[in-house]
Amino acid sequence: TVMAAPVTNDQSWFFALALGVSFLKCLLINAYHSTDFEVHRNWLALTHSLPAAQWYYEATSEWTLDYPPLFAWFEYGLSHIARFFDKEMLVVQNLNYASPATILFQRLSVIVADVVFFYAVKECCKCLREDKGKYLLGKPSFILTVLLLWNFGLIIVDHIHFQYNGFLFGVLLLSIARHFQNRHFEGALLFSILLNLKHIYLYIAPAYGIYLLRCFCFTQSNIYASPESRINKLSIDLPQVLSRLFPFKRGLCHAYWAPNIWALYNIADKAFSILGVKFKLLDINKLPKASMTGGLVQEFQHSVLPSVSPLATLVCTVLSILPALFRIWHRPNGARGFLRCLVICALGSFMFGWHVHEKAILMAILPLSLLAVESREDARIFLILSITGHYSLFPLLFTTQELPIKILLLLLFTIFSLTSLKTLFRSGGALLNPLEATYLLGLIPLELICEFVYPLTVWQKTFPFLPLMLTSIYCALGVTYAFIRLYISLLTCSDSTKKIKTQ
Amino acid sequence: MENWSLISLCVLLGLTARWAVSFHSYSGAGKPPMFGDYEAQRHWQEVTYNLPVHEWYFNTTNNDLNYWGLDYPPLTAYHSLVCAYVAKLLNPEWVELYASRGYESHSHKLFMRATVLFTDILIYIPAVLLYCFYFCDGSSKQKVATAFCILLYPGLILIDYGHFQYNSVSLGLALWGILGLGLGWDLFGSLAFTLALNYKQMELYHSLPFFCYLLGKCIKQGLTWRGFFHLFKISMTVLVTFALCWMPFLSDPKQPLQVLHRLFPVGRGLFEDKVANTWCSLNVLIKIKTLLSRETQLFALTLLFVLPSSLKLLSKPTLWQFKLALVNTSLAFFLFSFQVHEKSILLVSVYVYDVHILTCLFLRLVFFVFRSMLPLLLKDGLLLPYVVTSLAFLFLSLYLLSALERSTEEELRLGLYRKLTQRWLPKLNLSRIIKWKFWFSLAAMAALSFTSVWLKPPAKLPDLFPVLVSVLSFLHFLGFIIYFNQVQLMEPQRKKSQKKTN
Repeated sequence: TVMAAPVTNDQSWFFALALGVSFLKCLLINAYHSTDFEVHRNWLALTHSLPAAQWYYEATSEWTLDYPPLFAWFEYGLSHIARFFDKEMLVVQNLNYASPATILFQRLSVIVADVVFFYAVKECCKCLREDKGKYLLGKPSFILTVLLLWNFGLIIVDHIHFQYNGFLFGVLLLSIARHFQNRHFEGALLFSILLNLKHIYLYIAPAYGIYLLRCFCFTQSNIYASPESRINKLSIDLPQVLSRLFPFKRGLCHAYWAPNIWALYNIADKAFSILGVKFKLLDINKLPKASMTGGLVQEFQHSVLPSVSPLATLVCTVLSILPALFRIWHRPNGARGFLRCLVICALGSFMFGWHVHEKAILMAILPLSLLAVESREDARIFLILSITGHYSLFPLLFTTQELPIKILLLLLFTIFSLTSLKTLFRSGGALLNPLEATYLLGLIPLELICEFVYPLTVWQKTFPFLPLMLTSIYCALGVTYAFIRLYISLLTCSDSTKKIKTQ
Repeated sequence: MENWSLISLCVLLGLTARWAVSFHSYSGAGKPPMFGDYEAQRHWQEVTYNLPVHEWYFNTTNNDLNYWGLDYPPLTAYHSLVCAYVAKLLNPEWVELYASRGYESHSHKLFMRATVLFTDILIYIPAVLLYCFYFCDGSSKQKVATAFCILLYPGLILIDYGHFQYNSVSLGLALWGILGLGLGWDLFGSLAFTLALNYKQMELYHSLPFFCYLLGKCIKQGLTWRGFFHLFKISMTVLVTFALCWMPFLSDPKQPLQVLHRLFPVGRGLFEDKVANTWCSLNVLIKIKTLLSRETQLFALTLLFVLPSSLKLLSKPTLWQFKLALVNTSLAFFLFSFQVHEKSILLVSVYVYDVHILTCLFLRLVFFVFRSMLPLLLKDGLLLPYVVTSLAFLFLSLYLLSALERSTEEELRLGLYRKLTQRWLPKLNLSRIIKWKFWFSLAAMAALSFTSVWLKPPAKLPDLFPVLVSVLSFLHFLGFIIYFNQVQLMEPQRKKSQKKTN
């Protein structure tokens, strides 16, 4: 039985989980919000006040429109509801306007938009291969629902930091679910809608491309011509839009380093330069002054190792995902193989991309949840990736007030995922080997040092970004490890699974 | 999933809800010159840190009793002193004598909220978990569900983490007392309850049942040496604890008297503000204030309501009777007593704990306790957390504990009512009526909440909505006290077959 709930309504637990997380989100309405809040308010204002042709030229605020047109239309739609909450937020000149009504409206819009995500999760649960369990808490669909609905990263990024990822990931997961259900046209359509909402999903476009091309000959490929034509139909100046969407003037790394290869590259460069100066191999005066630990969003030069250009990152990214694409082309493993390839593309782009935000790790974690409840190896990778990835989001919430919230919620998600996945795959020994467990436990002293001990030391003034650097280096190790393991599991998945054409 | 992980998830969620509520405003925020309870607590830290003990409760040049003078027993003062030491380490400005009056800053708010969380984790939450595991019936999953509901009880969360108080300390200590008594550790139980009493004098509401239960137990052990010795041990524990707590005040006979004078201010009127109390409600119809001015009459009336339940407990000191007596006595004191404050109603809601049996009615009780605090919460600007937490609690308790499913007539112990109505209305389905009444009361309260917030009262009756809320709550509480007295007094031999069948 479901604790003591009436057994008549089998799906009531889904509704309970969704409602519960929505209540939690409502309680967080008054939490800290980042500049992204002002970004979206500005977009509400400019889509409401200006004609469409000017949306990508408007520059009163520093937060120019840098999402694709469909998202701009979404903001336009929202702005009509915003009118009833507070008309002042829709005035472009009201920079940093944050009245209580504005905050309430914007927060509620994220919470309500998450309904798309709820629907998508429900659809994903239907795609699970087997859904038996002795009792509710052990059912894969229940575990998957909690892992997705109560995902720490989504709650933190959407409902505190402020973004609309829930709704976007809902579209992504729905597209994936449609592919599982053999409704490929809808899946492809949803993906192209998604690309028009947020172009960061270009990271995973190769997976879609190869999968659809391979499995459904070439008739579906014309779908990918349409994003361009749709943009043109909206009569928006394409070069201007593209220049806003892909601002390459920003540096290799974001202000907070995402835990990817370039973080490790930067630290190696720094280490070599320090060693070089110490051993008199380099002249300190010849080294570039600007330090990458300065936390500014600019272009930097490396001191010892060769500098990295956007083109180099693109090449690295493509090289990193090529084997996976190749593998899927040769031996497509049905929808599950496609999903695995998608996660690899997302992770590869995260690892090697230019100016990657640490929030992008969610693009790998969320789809991986689907695989994690079905296979033991994937559950292992998921645990490592999700715990490390979620921890790397901590620097996003740097205020003291949110410190207990982020620790409590991370503990909540971690304990749930560890125990439920362990119970699900209890046959066959421990899920994590000692090395992995030690690595994950090492996050605790890391957190204590970075947030509690370090600020009390004298180095806080001279090297204020050291904790951030430590965090991203440590997490980069975990993410890299997960990436490698995921690749191994893709390349070595046996042919017998190919015979189970799961649809 | 193992129990420990479920429990830790519940505790983590409870803590998250608490801290999230603490983001909101506190009582008296930005309202000089007096501010509110938050400033009172801060002021007590200032007073206890800077002044010697013998000045804490007296009106001196350094200690102006009109500006939030200490009016809780010594344990609160010691607690404030400890907090003050920590405050001094973090930022001395927070406890500067005089200069820190009305001090408000973001970091100070975080500090104060953190002190509440700390004591909560230390005292209240372990007590709740232990209580659910030892004294609730049902499978372990049901116990976890009960613990979860209790941890999310909005009344305590909003008062402690919103309005700002330390009720979790006194309620937690009282709960430890009940735990002690339930496990048969009478000395530990008495110690814990005495500490609770020394923290907030409102716990006196609960003291009569404790007294009757322990006395009854001693008497049951026979009028022999064993019974007397037990009684002696308990009394010694209580007296020694009191002595230890009051030690700094015992040097001078004036001290304890002054402390008592601060704790029980008899100079004030019959009631203050709009409380769901008999006198306040009756005042609507007749001007009670002029009729009943003598304390003795009041005391007699309260005693009238308290006596039956206490006597029954004395004669039959079982745990079940004890719990019922706690509810009845605290309800009686709340309804009929003198100078009752809205927050005292929390003491009644402590009996959300035995939610398992008579779930439906307990839920209603605690829910209305909570709703009756609405005017206070609105004043503090806590509408959003109020709405969210009450909806969440309502939904959660209904869903997890399927409250409304378990309300057959036998379960609800409606025997007496059945007998009364059998003559005239034999076909009446009482349990269904109770269910409908629940939904109807909920709807009424929701409507009142809505109107209190969004509609302006007519000019001739400016206090219309708070008064309506208190009158409605009062009627409910009256119904509850009659019902629970009936349950306690009419109890036959307690059936062993209370186990739930899933």
